[in-house]
Amino acid sequence: MAHHDDLIAQDILAYLDVQENKSFLRFITCGSVDDGKSTLIGRLLYDSKLIYEDQLESIERDSKKFGTQGEGIDFALLVDGLAAEREQGITIDVAYRFFSTDKRKFIVADTPGHEQYTRNMATGASTADVAILLIDARHGVQVQTRRHSIIASLLGIKHIVVAINKMDLVDFSQSTFNKIEEEYRAFAQELDFANITCIPMSALNGDNIIDKSENTPWYQGQSLMRFLETVDVSEDETKGNFRLPVQWVNRPNLDFRGFSGTIASGQIKPGDEIIAIPSGKRSHVKAIVTMDGDLESAQKHQAITLTLTDEIDISRGDMICGVDNPSAQSDQFLSKLLWMSDKPLLPGRTYLMKTTNKTIPVTVTDLKHKINVNDFSHEAGKTLALNEVGVCNLSLDQAIAFDPYKENRNTGSFILIDRHSNETVGMGLLDFSLRRASNVVWQELEIGQAERANQKRQKPALLWFTGLSGSGKSTIANLVEKKLFDMGHHTYILDGDNVRHGLNKDLGFTEADRVENIRRVGEVAKLMTDAGLIVLASFISPFRAERQMARRLIDEGRFIEIFIDTSLATAEKRDVKGLYAKARRGEIKNFTGIDSEYQAPKNPELRIATESMTADEAAEKIVSYLSDQGLLRARASADNWQI
Amino acid sequence: MTQIPEILKRADVLAAQTGQSLSTISRKLMNDGKGLSRLKSGGQCTLKTLNAMLSILDQLEKSAGISTPSHIITDANLLPPTSLTHLQRLEAESIHIMREVAAQCENPVMLYSVGKDSSVMLHLAQKAFFPSKPPFPFLHVDTGWKFKEMIRFRDQRAKDLGMKLLVHMNPEGLADGVGPFSHGSAVHTDIMKTQGLKQALNKYKFDAAFGGARRDEEKSRAKERVFSFRNAQHRWDPKNQRPELWNIYNTRVAKGESMRVFPLSNWTELDIWQYIYKENIAIPDLYLAAKRPVVERDGVLIMVDDDRMEIGPDEVVEEKMVRFRTLGCYPLTGAVESEAATLPEIIQEMLLTTTSERQGRVIDNDGGASMEDKKQEGYF
Repeated sequence: MAHHDDLIAQDILAYLDVQENKSFLRFITCGSVDDGKSTLIGRLLYDSKLIYEDQLESIERDSKKFGTQGEGIDFALLVDGLAAEREQGITIDVAYRFFSTDKRKFIVADTPGHEQYTRNMATGASTADVAILLIDARHGVQVQTRRHSIIASLLGIKHIVVAINKMDLVDFSQSTFNKIEEEYRAFAQELDFANITCIPMSALNGDNIIDKSENTPWYQGQSLMRFLETVDVSEDETKGNFRLPVQWVNRPNLDFRGFSGTIASGQIKPGDEIIAIPSGKRSHVKAIVTMDGDLESAQKHQAITLTLTDEIDISRGDMICGVDNPSAQSDQFLSKLLWMSDKPLLPGRTYLMKTTNKTIPVTVTDLKHKINVNDFSHEAGKTLALNEVGVCNLSLDQAIAFDPYKENRNTGSFILIDRHSNETVGMGLLDFSLRRASNVVWQELEIGQAERANQKRQKPALLWFTGLSGSGKSTIANLVEKKLFDMGHHTYILDGDNVRHGLNKDLGFTEADRVENIRRVGEVAKLMTDAGLIVLASFISPFRAERQMARRLIDEGRFIEIFIDTSLATAEKRDVKGLYAKARRGEIKNFTGIDSEYQAPKNPELRIATESMTADEAAEKIVSYLSDQGLLRARASADNWQI
Repeated sequence: MTQIPEILKRADVLAAQTGQSLSTISRKLMNDGKGLSRLKSGGQCTLKTLNAMLSILDQLEKSAGISTPSHIITDANLLPPTSLTHLQRLEAESIHIMREVAAQCENPVMLYSVGKDSSVMLHLAQKAFFPSKPPFPFLHVDTGWKFKEMIRFRDQRAKDLGMKLLVHMNPEGLADGVGPFSHGSAVHTDIMKTQGLKQALNKYKFDAAFGGARRDEEKSRAKERVFSFRNAQHRWDPKNQRPELWNIYNTRVAKGESMRVFPLSNWTELDIWQYIYKENIAIPDLYLAAKRPVVERDGVLIMVDDDRMEIGPDEVVEEKMVRFRTLGCYPLTGAVESEAATLPEIIQEMLLTTTSERQGRVIDNDGGASMEDKKQEGYF
């Protein structure tokens, strides 16, 4: 075989050392049917003398049986390994071949050209650094050439070689070459390739494969092999944001709890602070455990097991990130999709989405448009058929940690699986989250409560007015809101009137319903404070537990419980709405103070004794309190808050 | 627009260097054959066009050898110092595959055939789950005709590592006395290996089985996925394989169906040997050259491993320095004459040899698609 290196015979250990430190390259060959992809690989292997004698013998035998080259060797037979492929002379599925030169090791995936088998081309492309796109010089750029280019670009391949093949059949015409190069470059302007290299060649005869051909004296560039040996695809694997998608939790015994996975990007060292997404819990790396001993550091591509200094709950599907720039999380995405099943995509149907470490039910909620592979135009469509590319909205059953595919190939990609047949029906790339508050860790750059509040130049807070019916909660709350509004604050009142008619109209006044009523109000109030508002919630809210629940939803110091303290006798005497009378007559059940308990607050932030002050005095007292707590702008100099 | 004169100058140089006309260059740059001459006579273009021209011009100059492209490295044969080596990448990939099976499949098993690839796979499984033990049993499908040394080595490894080892031998085949000498290689392999394997997988209801096959071994293997789906009859449908993207593997199967999983798919024979050497992995002595009793039969050296092998009247048992490149049933495994008694010597010999490793296997030469047929039937 081709290991024609003197070092093998002279100093095998030195040779092995060289081998170990060789760089390596994964590439694919793609393009339209009969453009000569398999022949090219066969030629690369043959000319690099990488074919064993017994393999060559059997190829020679098969060439006579199935070959398309008469008595000559049909190199395609070296790669077309399936009986059906050899009989039909086509490539059905991707074949992986391995070879090395004295410069590099190569893994090449030979992918099929038939449109029917495009998904197999995508299979090969998903792990490649370089794509060799073959074009038959006689036919020029074809639909399949374009389709494969788009898929290669979608999958993040940066380096493309346009191998303009079968030049022998067009008399090595430079103008033919130029014409195709122009056409391709014009088309590829829309694509995301870092560089495009065009090479005129004949795979069958070996022109410009290993060495520069004498048949193309006008061609100044490199031979294909020279290009493959020198193209720079290296990256600094220690750079980038640290991501460890947790694949498996390692628990050999009660004393050891490790998190195993393959590092998707970045580097990690013992002592580094980490954050787990989605929980947002933080800890530090205790050790990077391997069978060969603990590591001092680990980087992208390494399969490791981390132990942490704290017992935090992490399971498969979670992402361990560095604290500087952790993954976002979301359950709503805009995504690109390549459909790979004979049965069309059905928006609305639930599929399974599998990301690098998590499987979750997902629905395509909206197919925004299809992408025409010929000219990138957007086409309207209700479904995606086999091999079609589209842009769509996805809705997941639960949030996942992710990065946009453009930023991270490992944490921004997914496949779709049919729930019934278990087939892989699609592949996709996450573009971005459709939710804004997608980040549990409140990164600086994300829009969070602080940003929204800053924009309103105020501090959000929840003023919780509790007290008996008729105690004066709503009256006082309205006055407070008016004062705050006059000061330029953004406010909102939640009370029984605007909640029980809408959000909570399904609820009655049983104890269970009262609890649910307050729970919902608490959650809504939380969202509103999150939006930066000062919220005034005015509810009887008779039970301590529920008021406590609402308090827990809000940041400390931002929940102000205001007890509107009016005795039952006074409230009943006022009886503005005539409710007490009805309750006494038994026409209303579960009326607080009559046949349902009111649990007065033990330590409210403020207690307003309505029997000793007017409503306006009460409102003034509340505003003064808020001001003293630093929650409001100084009344005299609102300008201090100007940015 | 001071760049226009510069572009025109560079276009002229490019035209002269490549022997192309200026209008050809113009078409490549601007998709317009007359564009450059218009610019020459004082025409203007948009900034967007200008930038597009500059970028294409860069690329054209690079491929014409006028400038050194930034994506080309002169010393590509050296890895950047921060990069993992090829072997480290392969190791990580295999470990990732094994963990995925452990996390996603209900009842996996690792096929253990005692050979060098199995030895590497076993070693990787220990690494993948350390400090836990591999969370699945190992299965050896014994045909009753393996080298004695293989069985001894197998039992020793199981003992040393405390691995859960299941051994299955087709009971019907055993009762019928099926063997390669009496029934021929095809029948023996089918009944004792393929059927035996299927029996074992059915018996224990495994939904995933690791195998040590590599894509560089044989041309139908080169086509197989890492996660290779099998229907309830254990059949492989090579024309209808699931797409397999990135390192996201679809592990889902219905009841009765299963996965064959090949964590060594992207390893080559050299990678395997180099890894065994580097990691000091135990392998059976049969791989190393030693004096062994052999008979030449149909041009193949067969080792006389026990007295079930009848020696024909014209045959002579000779003591020869031989070793084996692959291990299997001894009557079906050809020895090679060799002096290589250490790992580096084996690697050296392998690199200098001119035949592939499967050449010593009697079963592969039945026909071009033979392996594919066997795989479709459920062979590993």
